[in-house]
Amino acid sequence: LSRLPPAAAGSGPVGPCGRRAYAPPAERKRFYQNVSISQGEGGFEINLDHRKLKTPQAKLFTVPSEALAIAVATEWDSQKDTIKFYTMHLTTLCNTALDNPTQRSKTQLIRAAVKFLETDTVCYRVEEPPALAELQKNEWDPVVTWAEKRYNVTIGSSTSILGPNIPASTKETFVSHLASYNMWALQGIEFVITQLKSLILSMSLIDRHITVEKAVLLSRLEEEYQIQRWGNVEWAHDYELCELRARTAAGTLFVHLCSESSSVKHKLLQD
Amino acid sequence: MAALGAPLRTLRALLRELRHTAGRSYRDSPAYRHVLAAFRAHRVTSEKLCRAQQELHFQAATYLCLLRSVREHEALHREYHGKGERSPQEVAGLVGFRLPQQPGGKG
Repeated sequence: LSRLPPAAAGSGPVGPCGRRAYAPPAERKRFYQNVSISQGEGGFEINLDHRKLKTPQAKLFTVPSEALAIAVATEWDSQKDTIKFYTMHLTTLCNTALDNPTQRSKTQLIRAAVKFLETDTVCYRVEEPPALAELQKNEWDPVVTWAEKRYNVTIGSSTSILGPNIPASTKETFVSHLASYNMWALQGIEFVITQLKSLILSMSLIDRHITVEKAVLLSRLEEEYQIQRWGNVEWAHDYELCELRARTAAGTLFVHLCSESSSVKHKLLQD
Repeated sequence: MAALGAPLRTLRALLRELRHTAGRSYRDSPAYRHVLAAFRAHRVTSEKLCRAQQELHFQAATYLCLLRSVREHEALHREYHGKGERSPQEVAGLVGFRLPQQPGGKG
């Protein structure tokens, strides 16, 4: 029998652990014993043994909030034999905020966020089946009403394929509201909006009007309806549900931890 | 304000999740100590109505959701998506074949 050469991760027809050829490793072995945090000039840093954690673009990993640093350190410390990067949502969010790989300015982020309102999930209604239309009315109307009251705007909903007609004044209100958040928090907000596919649900969550579980449920209302009718498929439905919950929870926590203490905001964050 | 239930329940569940992630020395982990200190400082009880307490409770509930969902997601991933491809030997074995072997090895 020919001996397979010791396969570097991802190379060769099939590695010793049966990994697929040519796929980049989503995991690497845990190479550190201890995780700790320390306070540096730019903020709080993460130490893996004696090494300081860096971002993918090799910048020093610093965060403005101690609680956030502790949560990130916990993510690193909870990795067992392999580091599963796809479960480390807070670390990913911090890396995005530090590196800003899409190089978007604050204005661009806000614009992207408010643009979602035009196709906001909770405003986009079906007419059939009647049970689903009813469910959407009962579950989504309250959130839309809450947003209209809270921000003193008109939003409404629509069954048209073009979606709701959002007045310019409404968009302006949200633009100026979002402008009050710093750059880091905005990255988080935009992330949550992309996950939930809804600006209204995201604001409802960030304003602590609903919990993460409720926001995710409302975002997935149609899926939940179909699951009730046709049954649940664990490896697809639950898998997606858990992933969406994890990402949304991470995004929300990130926004709140980055929006605290204004003195911290001044010194440590770029706006 | 979101319907969160009893703060004590959230705290207990959160500490339990941290125990799962941290392993043996969970009580010394920074997260465990931070959460306990934060709750003690705000002395979260169901009776009092205080904005800072509610914010802390919401944060704790969100962090709990994060830890729980990551754990469940990882378990589902291991169960359903973690196995990778079968080797050529295994594939052949599925239909009862064996791969041909060259005497003396290749090359």
